[in-house]
Amino acid sequence: MTARLCWRKFVSGFMLTMTGVCALVAVSVLFFILGYLVYHGGTSINWNFFTKLPTPVGETGGGMANAIVGSAKLLLLASAFGVPIGFFGGIYLAEFSGHKVAFVVRYAADLLNGVPSIVIGIFAYALVVLPFKHFSTLAGSFALGLMMIPITLRNTEEFLLGVPRALREASMALGASKWTTIARVVVPAAYRGIMTAILLALARVAGETAPLLFTAFGNRYWSPGLGQPTASLPVVIYNYAISPYDDWHRQAWAAGLVLLGLILMVNIVARVILARGVAVPRS
Amino acid sequence: MQASARSELSVNLKPTGIANTSRETIAPTTMRVTVSKVNFFYGAKQTLFDINMAIATNRVTALIGPSGCGKSTLLRTFNRMHETVRNARLEGEILLDGQNILAQDVTQLRRRVGMVFQRPNPFPKSIFENVAYGPKINGADAPIAEIVEKSLRRAALWDEVKDHLHKSAYELSGGQQQRLCIARGLAVEPEVLLLDEPCSALDPISTAKIEELLVQLKDSCTIAIVTHNMQQAARVSDYTAFLLVGQLVEFNPTPQLFTTPTDPRTEAYITGRFG
Repeated sequence: MTARLCWRKFVSGFMLTMTGVCALVAVSVLFFILGYLVYHGGTSINWNFFTKLPTPVGETGGGMANAIVGSAKLLLLASAFGVPIGFFGGIYLAEFSGHKVAFVVRYAADLLNGVPSIVIGIFAYALVVLPFKHFSTLAGSFALGLMMIPITLRNTEEFLLGVPRALREASMALGASKWTTIARVVVPAAYRGIMTAILLALARVAGETAPLLFTAFGNRYWSPGLGQPTASLPVVIYNYAISPYDDWHRQAWAAGLVLLGLILMVNIVARVILARGVAVPRS
Repeated sequence: MQASARSELSVNLKPTGIANTSRETIAPTTMRVTVSKVNFFYGAKQTLFDINMAIATNRVTALIGPSGCGKSTLLRTFNRMHETVRNARLEGEILLDGQNILAQDVTQLRRRVGMVFQRPNPFPKSIFENVAYGPKINGADAPIAEIVEKSLRRAALWDEVKDHLHKSAYELSGGQQQRLCIARGLAVEPEVLLLDEPCSALDPISTAKIEELLVQLKDSCTIAIVTHNMQQAARVSDYTAFLLVGQLVEFNPTPQLFTTPTDPRTEAYITGRFG
């Protein structure tokens, strides 16, 4: 073996090992977090955790039913507001707009995506909380919905652009209008990607704390309707984690575990549902 | 309705400047599509120059020529698919049954002029839904299931797929997918069917099936086919147009074009001296 060949084999082996180790580290971070959460929070999870309200300091037991329901309400309302805007905006961007408009909208969406979530929170505070003089589910949802818009928009655009031109042409050649083609061929063909993106957007904002601190605020009790402050899992985790009580720390770990579990569940269920149906070959 | 344009146009639409294009050999038949003085541009680049020709009713007309000669471009103007490309511009007049297609509603036009593409492009739906798509979006008189069966039979695919109509279209072979695309086009009962190199991605057996199909279909349909395969043009078509760098060099009945071409460039091409 020549020296050159030895060197090549060494480089090849070295790069293989290095990339493999990096991949392993990337994966193990998730399992490390999961293990840590289970270790610290697993013991506090019981039926009461899902059904009871928080107890006063010093009293053991109690749960976070209000925070779980609060988070669900916030996310549902945020999706109802953010997803349609992002989705239809993405359709416009991919299918109708000219190059200049697309560039401006795309750039603005990327900037919005980069706006720190605490700033989004302040914006929602100024726009919704101040006029109503009230922290509310509505204000929190508004902040989270704003964050979902750019993610949904950019991903919708991306997946629509990935639909082969041949499919659009086939539809147009049958006498379909542009909108019919989009609604009945292009969007269904990109449907799985778009749904996945929406769910990832949901998962992303589900864990956001900062935009909720002064919009949804927090609540030790049930929050009726949409006009009252509400508890949410991320804010409860934040409040409990910085408290001086061991019992609350344990509850915070448990809430973290529940939050992560719910997000994982949404992801897995989505993937199972999306695995059905016909995949579009890449063009 | 400009009824006059519809009748017996064949002999008058010979491209000018072609010597000895026989008036007698083209049987007088009605013309479904007539093309006059068509120039075509992509941006500043002109790709078709002063094209005059006609597509005879219930006949197969082949467009042949080397790559980039504009044959696909010309075909795509017949149902205005060129409009889906940015910066494309068409000058001149194309009549379908005597009416200017550029003045019509484009969705109505495309219902009457169907198209099959180079690569099979079924929708990511079931076999049934693929064929049912056209009738559904356009509104159909007959029950959809009947239309689907009839169209699949016309495309000689029914016997192969009748037991699994609800399977994905992507489970079919390439040749079957292309026949499915033909069935999908036929389901809206077009008067004209345009085929853009429909066999270029297929094996010889699938190709033979589609060629057979075309000959059957011309009883009920007017067909224009772009092909880079001269044998195919000779086998399936009644008329052949030979294009070269955006110009119509020769347009004649197929037997004549392949046996006694009038233009030396046609002769050079069909004898394989270039292209």
